[in-house]
Parts: sequence; C-alpha cells; structure tokens
Amino acid sequence: MIPAEADQGFAVDLRHGLGLRARNTMAFQDVVRGIGLWRLALMLSWLDIRLRYRGSVLGPFWLTLSTAVMVGALGFVYAYLFKTPIHTYLPFLALSLTLWSFLSSMVSDGSVVFTQAEGMIRSMRVPFSLYIYQLLARNVLIFAHNVIVIVVVFIAFDSPVSWSDFAAIPALVLWLIDGAAVALMLGAVCARFRDIPPIVSSVMQIAFYVSGIMFKPDMLGHRSIYLLYDPFYSIVEVLRAPLLGHLPSQMTYVSALGFSAVLCLLGWFVFLRVRHRIAFWV
Amino acid sequence: MAARIEVEDLRIDFPLYHGQSRSLKRSILAHATGKRRLQENEKHRLVVEALRAISFTLQPGERLALVGHNGAGKTTLLRALAGVYEPVAGSVRIQGSLNALLDPNQGMNPELTGRENVALRGRYHRMNREAVEALQEDVRSFAELGDFFDLPTRIYSSGMIIRLAFAMATAIRPQVLLMDEWFLAGDAAFREKARERLETMVRGADILVLSTHLNDIVRSWCTRVIWLEDGRVRMDGAVDEVMEVFAGKIDTPALFPEAVAS
Repeated sequence: MIPAEADQGFAVDLRHGLGLRARNTMAFQDVVRGIGLWRLALMLSWLDIRLRYRGSVLGPFWLTLSTAVMVGALGFVYAYLFKTPIHTYLPFLALSLTLWSFLSSMVSDGSVVFTQAEGMIRSMRVPFSLYIYQLLARNVLIFAHNVIVIVVVFIAFDSPVSWSDFAAIPALVLWLIDGAAVALMLGAVCARFRDIPPIVSSVMQIAFYVSGIMFKPDMLGHRSIYLLYDPFYSIVEVLRAPLLGHLPSQMTYVSALGFSAVLCLLGWFVFLRVRHRIAFWV
Repeated sequence: MAARIEVEDLRIDFPLYHGQSRSLKRSILAHATGKRRLQENEKHRLVVEALRAISFTLQPGERLALVGHNGAGKTTLLRALAGVYEPVAGSVRIQGSLNALLDPNQGMNPELTGRENVALRGRYHRMNREAVEALQEDVRSFAELGDFFDLPTRIYSSGMIIRLAFAMATAIRPQVLLMDEWFLAGDAAFREKARERLETMVRGADILVLSTHLNDIVRSWCTRVIWLEDGRVRMDGAVDEVMEVFAGKIDTPALFPEAVAS
C-alpha cells in the first residue's frame, strides 16, 4: 500500500457563516490548489479528446477536416454574396470561424462544467477550479488542431506575416482568463438554474451573426463603431486583427479589456458566493 | 501531525428546488408532520433535513461506526466529513491525510482501461510517475483481473468492477479513513482476501469512520458507535452499549451481503 500524501494543516476545515473575506480566501485557495493539479487537468483534457474519437481513423483531425470543409464551402459562397475578393475574404473567414468555434465551445462547455463532473464532485473533495483548467486545456488542444486550417489557408493565399502577430499572444492570454471567468460564472449559475444553458446557446447563436464573424467589420461602413458595444466582437477582434496583419484600434482594446474586467469580476463574485453550494446543486 | 476529527453542531440541508410551487409545498409540509424531515428554511425554500446538530470529536486510535437505518444520514455525514458537502451550519475540521471510500465508481471512466483508471486516480492524489506505476502494480496484482486490466472497464463484469474499485481505493493508505458500507461487499472468492487487505488498511489508519449496519463488523473493528436516526444522533457511546439497544431494532445482520449497492 502507498501512504497518502499528508497535507500540512487541515485536510478539511469547513464552517458555516463565513464572511465575504473568508469566502474570498477559500475561493482563492480553490484556484491555487487547482493549479497544483495541473498534471491531472492536462491528463483529463487529453482523455476527453481521445475518448471522444476512440476508434475513429482520423481521430481529433476530424475537427480539422470539418473546419476546413466549412471554411471552404462558406468562403466561396459568402465571398460572392459580399462581393469581396476571395483572396482576402477566405483567410479572414478561416481565422474568424476557428476563433469563434474556440470561443463558443468555451462558453457552452463552461455552462456544463460542473454539472458534467457531478460524479467526481459528489465523491471526492477536489478543487472546483480543476474542472475549469480541464476545460481550458481541452479547448486549447482542440483549437490547436484547427490552427492547421488557418495555416494552410494563409499559405495558399500568401497572407503576409508581420510583427503585429506578436500582439496575438497577450490577446490569447486574455481569452484564457475570460474563458475561466465565464466557466466559473456560468458553471455555477447553470448548475442551479437549469434554464440557463438553452438561453446561453441561443445568445451565442445570435452573437455569431451580429458580431462580425462572417462579415468584415468595415463592411458596416461608419456603423461599424457600434460593434464596440458588442463584447463578442471586441474580444474576437483583439485576437483576430493582429493575425490578419494589423493592430486593432485603441477603442477595440478599451472595449475588450473593459468587458473582460466586468466578466472577471462577475465570475469571481459568483464563484466566491456560491462555491460551497455547488455540490448541492449538481 | 496527529490525526483528529472535530465536528461541531453540524447541519446539512438538501434544497428541493423543484418543489417550489406553493400548493405543492403546502401539501408536502402537511403530509410530513410525522417526522418533520421536510422543512421550510429561512428563505421559504423546501429543504430535507439531512443532518441536524451533529457534534463529536475523534482522537487517534478511535474507530467510529455510524449505524442507522437507510436514510438516517450515514452517507451524508461521511460526505460532509470528506468535505464534499460544506456545512449549512456548524463546522467540520479534519487533521491528517484523508481518503474517503464513498462511491465504488469514484471517478472511474468506463471507456478507459483498468490501468488508465488507476493512473487517473493516482493523479487525483498528486502522485508522480513512479508512484503511479507502483500503484498500478499494486492494484494489478491484487485485483486479479489478468488481461482485462488492459481492456476498457466498460466490458468488465460487475464483480470485476468492484474488485478493481476496491483494490484502487485500498491501495492508498491515509491517516483518516472514511468508508461506506459497500466496501464490505464482494464476490465469495474475493471476500477473505478483501477483508484481510481492508483490515491492514484499517489498522494502519489513525482514525476510521465506517458507515455500516453489520453487527459483526462493528464489534470486531470499532471502538465507538454513533447511532443516527432521522439525521440526528440517537445514541453515542461504546460499542456494546449502543449495539445492544440498536441490535434489537434491526433484522439484517448478514455479513458481506451478495447484493452490491451501485
């Protein structure tokens, strides 16, 4: 037999009637302990993907293939509809669609992040943040498979590589932070109110059409300014624009950071308020 | 650090979110006047009183049995001790490393092989690669699954699942061991071996909390008994003292029942 690792201090120290400050500490510990389990989070996320495609020939590359087909099919139709030259539209679309599927799957996975882990949550005390890290890692892995489509399209259409690409790195970090915040908030709220997931998915569907994913923002002419009030637009744009070779406008950054800050505060507040109730809800 | 469990005035309620309509609430409350486990809380929500006013302290060397009828709150108390359910009132403190054997399938994934499931469990316990390999070897030799160990657990028979789960759960030796009664179940050939291993584990633990209603197990393993009834402590004391009163009330003292609660 193998002796269990002895934690220093209390293995369990729980009491009722904690103030906000103590709850904040507990939520913070949860997040830190989850980071300590990063190996597990990686392993679980990799298993999620492997199991989804167990026995299939292409495996996770089905994701790549279906993205490629979708980009190709939509690209030719919409380039004609929008009367845009295909060599600028297709790279835009490939990037947009891939980023959108990354974003929307983080949101939709986020709303079931705790309800799906019901079995584990009820049988063992594991930091709730573990499931969040698992979700982030899984979505990054899926995104990595789709990146192939972007690279191929960019090479095929000879899209320029520029220094502005580096601006995508902080944007990607922002995405991961936002992803965690969304999952903390939606995961808890959706466990309690089972009507929320369908609402979330219809909001995401509407957001897809209005947030400048299929069309280039400048197609809206002077009205494109209104897109800055759409959190989905500005958050997509801070990652998309650098990869397309130009930096997003200052206002786009302001909008993206502002919405992200609100989202993080909201996510953290929800999590510290309801963390101790999640086990009762799932 | 010496192991220790302190439970003070613990209360756990389960909210019933789907019984919110007024008329339903009224009729449920009207019918529940007998034992009054269904209550309305401060926010006028319907709740099941799972545990009420539970207080006890366990020192190293103490072996506690939780006895009581189905629905008395034994498993809920174990889950609260494991930190799964956080107190609605009162507090729970545990010192020392903890292993809770609550659910036979505890995080097992049916699509993974036995070996992969063991690795996964090791990672939950923050083990590194070598420790995981040692754990796999230990489980493999104990569970006697042969070639099945490298096949998905989806195709296992229920007996094999129990054997794997048991071997996995008992491979990690904690200071504080929380155990639900399904661990005393298993197929005939496996029983003696299982019991031996469990006893080694129990002896190795500083504190044991076991939920059961098997008279035999309680008498041979435990030093103290808490009898739960309707979520409250009905009696708390030495084994003989409590079991004498309790034994008069139960009729199924069969050891290792064939049926396994899933």
